[in-house]
Amino acid sequence: MSLSFQDLILTLHRYWSDQGCVILQPYDMEMGAGTFHPATVLRALGPDPWKCAYVQPCRRPTDGRYGENPNRLGHYYQYQVVLKPSPPQMQDLYLGSLTAIGIDPLKHDIRFVEDDWESPTLGAWGLGWEVWCDGMEVTQFTYFQQVGGFECKPVSGELTYGLERLAMYIQGVDNVFDLRFNDAGVSYGDVFLENERELSAYNFEVANTEALFDLFRKAAAECENCLEAKLPVPAYEQAIRASHVFNMLQARGVISVAERQAYIGRVRDLAKAACAAWLERATP
Amino acid sequence: MTDFLLELRSEEIPARMQAKARNDLARLFAECTSAAGLSTGAVDAHSTPRRLVLIVRDVAESTKAAREELKGPRANAPEQALEGFLRKTGLKREQLEDRDGVLFAVIERPGKAAADVLAETVKRIVTDFPWPKSMRWGDGGLRWVRPLHGIVAILGEDIIPVEIDGIASSATTFGHRFHHPGPITIGGAHDYAEKLRACHVIVDQDERERLIREGAAAVAREAGLALIEDEGLVVENAGLTEWPVPLIGRFDDDFLDVPREVIVLTMRTNQKYFACTNDEGLLAPAFICVANVDSKDGGKAIAQGNARVLAARLADARFFWEQDVKIPLEEQARKLDGIVFHEKLGTVADKVERVARLARWLVEEGIVKGAKPDQVERAARLAKADLVSGMVGEFPELQGVIGGYLAEAQGEPKAVAEAIRDHYKPVGQGDEVPTAPVTVAVSLADKLDTLLSFYTIGEVPTGSKDPFALRRAAIGSIALILANNIRVSLLPLFMAMFQERVAAFQTGFMGNTPQGVLLLLADRLKVQQREAGVRHDLIDSVFALGSEDDLIRLLARVKALQEFVGTEDGTNLLVAYKRAANILKKEKWEGTGASGGSDLAAEEKALIDALDKAEPKAAAAIGKEDFTGAMAALAFLRKPVDSFFDHVTVNDPDKAKRERRLNLLLRFRDAVNAVADFSRIEG
Repeated sequence: MSLSFQDLILTLHRYWSDQGCVILQPYDMEMGAGTFHPATVLRALGPDPWKCAYVQPCRRPTDGRYGENPNRLGHYYQYQVVLKPSPPQMQDLYLGSLTAIGIDPLKHDIRFVEDDWESPTLGAWGLGWEVWCDGMEVTQFTYFQQVGGFECKPVSGELTYGLERLAMYIQGVDNVFDLRFNDAGVSYGDVFLENERELSAYNFEVANTEALFDLFRKAAAECENCLEAKLPVPAYEQAIRASHVFNMLQARGVISVAERQAYIGRVRDLAKAACAAWLERATP
Repeated sequence: MTDFLLELRSEEIPARMQAKARNDLARLFAECTSAAGLSTGAVDAHSTPRRLVLIVRDVAESTKAAREELKGPRANAPEQALEGFLRKTGLKREQLEDRDGVLFAVIERPGKAAADVLAETVKRIVTDFPWPKSMRWGDGGLRWVRPLHGIVAILGEDIIPVEIDGIASSATTFGHRFHHPGPITIGGAHDYAEKLRACHVIVDQDERERLIREGAAAVAREAGLALIEDEGLVVENAGLTEWPVPLIGRFDDDFLDVPREVIVLTMRTNQKYFACTNDEGLLAPAFICVANVDSKDGGKAIAQGNARVLAARLADARFFWEQDVKIPLEEQARKLDGIVFHEKLGTVADKVERVARLARWLVEEGIVKGAKPDQVERAARLAKADLVSGMVGEFPELQGVIGGYLAEAQGEPKAVAEAIRDHYKPVGQGDEVPTAPVTVAVSLADKLDTLLSFYTIGEVPTGSKDPFALRRAAIGSIALILANNIRVSLLPLFMAMFQERVAAFQTGFMGNTPQGVLLLLADRLKVQQREAGVRHDLIDSVFALGSEDDLIRLLARVKALQEFVGTEDGTNLLVAYKRAANILKKEKWEGTGASGGSDLAAEEKALIDALDKAEPKAAAAIGKEDFTGAMAALAFLRKPVDSFFDHVTVNDPDKAKRERRLNLLLRFRDAVNAVADFSRIEG
């Protein structure tokens, strides 16, 4: 039988642990992608080697569909691997992980299709691919070139697996809520369907926009407060917070096209300043 | 003479970059070797997703030895002169030859071995390669499109030793990523392609393209279908595979409710699949994907997997389509007041309002013929409504097409639905030009509104900068006017549109705006007509009249003029014209009105008579738009003006004679200028 959702995660943990990665637990803050985790963004900066793997819950309020769309979720999971410096055999290591979770590359069609990655809110970009398995994008594979506006030296290799999609593929399931979460009869829907409904309603209809605008301002101010105190980690946390609040405001539809760029620019400035502070601390 | 093989093996090179990379590889190689003086035979570049390959035939063994002689100072020259010469040549005094008291340096340059030249060439290629985007990896400093892993460089059967940032050349490469993951040893250029073929890699992209083109057609045929050919997809898939295997898959018939363009576009852009038609020419519920592997199960799992991915994509598309169909276009159109068209030009709803009024006016004035004003206005008011549809949100390139389908679905008249669908056309040169009257009215109004609106706020294209694609709008307008024989005097129209916009946008008044738009049209017309063999200077000469702003009439004039200046009469008249114009210019002659007299020279009199006849004839012909007739009237002037110049002195000492003769030349010049400004004609 194919891997359950949780066994998929456990298998990846085992595999990447064997490659010498630090296995981390999810960061305890809301964020839009696994990349935002300080173990990726901050550790990609500076000269020190680093290898880690973790699952990160991702919140994308605008992608919520009240649990009615079989492929879209406002809250889902990414499996994130960072190898710094990126090893020469990075692609082979990645392909090894696919074999480990039961994808035979001589039976399926694995392809590396150009997809350059850029995060305007993190001031980060890299080159790489989306990895296709039989036409389905299962992983984002990126060699970071810049983070927080700073050149990455050495370069980190980043792998981001879309766990739900990958599990749907492995299990042959067409609706995410039908995924086997474990092998004891619990489905993904049992665990998350109600959450999706309620969070969609909250994100699109209920969230107090005045409070959110206020929260954005406060997070930005707190970030600057931390920068003043030369504390890059909490400063970066506040930048993540501001980014998430901005995503919430977007879902509520209260940010105009013209304002949007200004908000993104504000978050980027905070993130960049935190990155700069982190680098200053790392190089005495 | 031996052959040279270079393979640069990397991680997957983006498909879209490979063609240019092959050219750059061959070009850099040729530049480096020819600069070094190494002669070679044919140079062939190939690419796969994981390698750039160069095969060079008949490489010379070495560069030619050269002997160079430099003349130096005299043997008894001062010490400084000698020192300078020695420094320049890098020789010592005793190495110089003394020939009759003059020193010579003889420098022998021995031939350089091909291996050395090639080693340097490979280094230059790798360090200077002009990738559109490149990257670093690991802790190295080298840049390549994706991490570079291996260099195979073999001349004949000998490895050319090179090391670049820790990557040393060798005879080792790797085959297909999954079929043959182990190392292979290459003998040289002679066995490279065949060894790789044995390891599931087809090195030549042309061969892979052919396999895809023919293979996809074959699997479609086997299924009783016809492939919709798509050369772009062939090239892209060849850039994504080392061992291409076309496979056919199916999707649910139910999805065929979704507009065909949406299905084809989803398959093409998101999945790189080919589409097929059935024997009635309708879209078939099938797709062809190109796998990069000879799968254990004959491709069953791959086709199934791709079918599931496509089903999810189509389900998404159908969801948007079903949502969109529920909302009447009028209701969607109302949301356009929330979309900013340009900060100074208001919302898209404002633009729609302007276009609707202009389109209706074009029809009511009889400028666009054969359309019902109400249909035109309705089409214009609904034309942009699909911009807020979910479908166009997903597939922006389907703007218009989706609107057309939605209009049809809500029972709009065919002419209206068509106009909504096609009103963006023509998009640039070569695109199909609408001829359906309702479509023509909406399309032309849309483009003219864009032109006049941006020009009114001073946003004009300059050099390579044309952020609002105004040149494209100009080309589209010209094509619509010419293809549909639209007769309109553009300047007054532009003036009226301009005044309306100055008021609407509350902008400063830039008086030459209408002329500016006309100039842009003239400029694009010249480019567009160049292919048809129409001389640009003749277009200028008619435009320079300042009064010709009807493009149809303008081109008729230009064509008659082009014929005329090709005749002997035309050439000579042009010479006489230039002579007259030069004299007038030199004298800064503005005209005094004096003419005639009792002492006219015969040739003077003859020219006056000829003008008396030619002027009204030319004017009448122009009035009837008979430009060939107007040219014929001018041709009549040629002989009299030639003999006038031959026998009459303009600059006569008699002031009165001089004055009236200058006036006569002025009259002649103006008569010619009534047809076209001949001073703009070259030659």
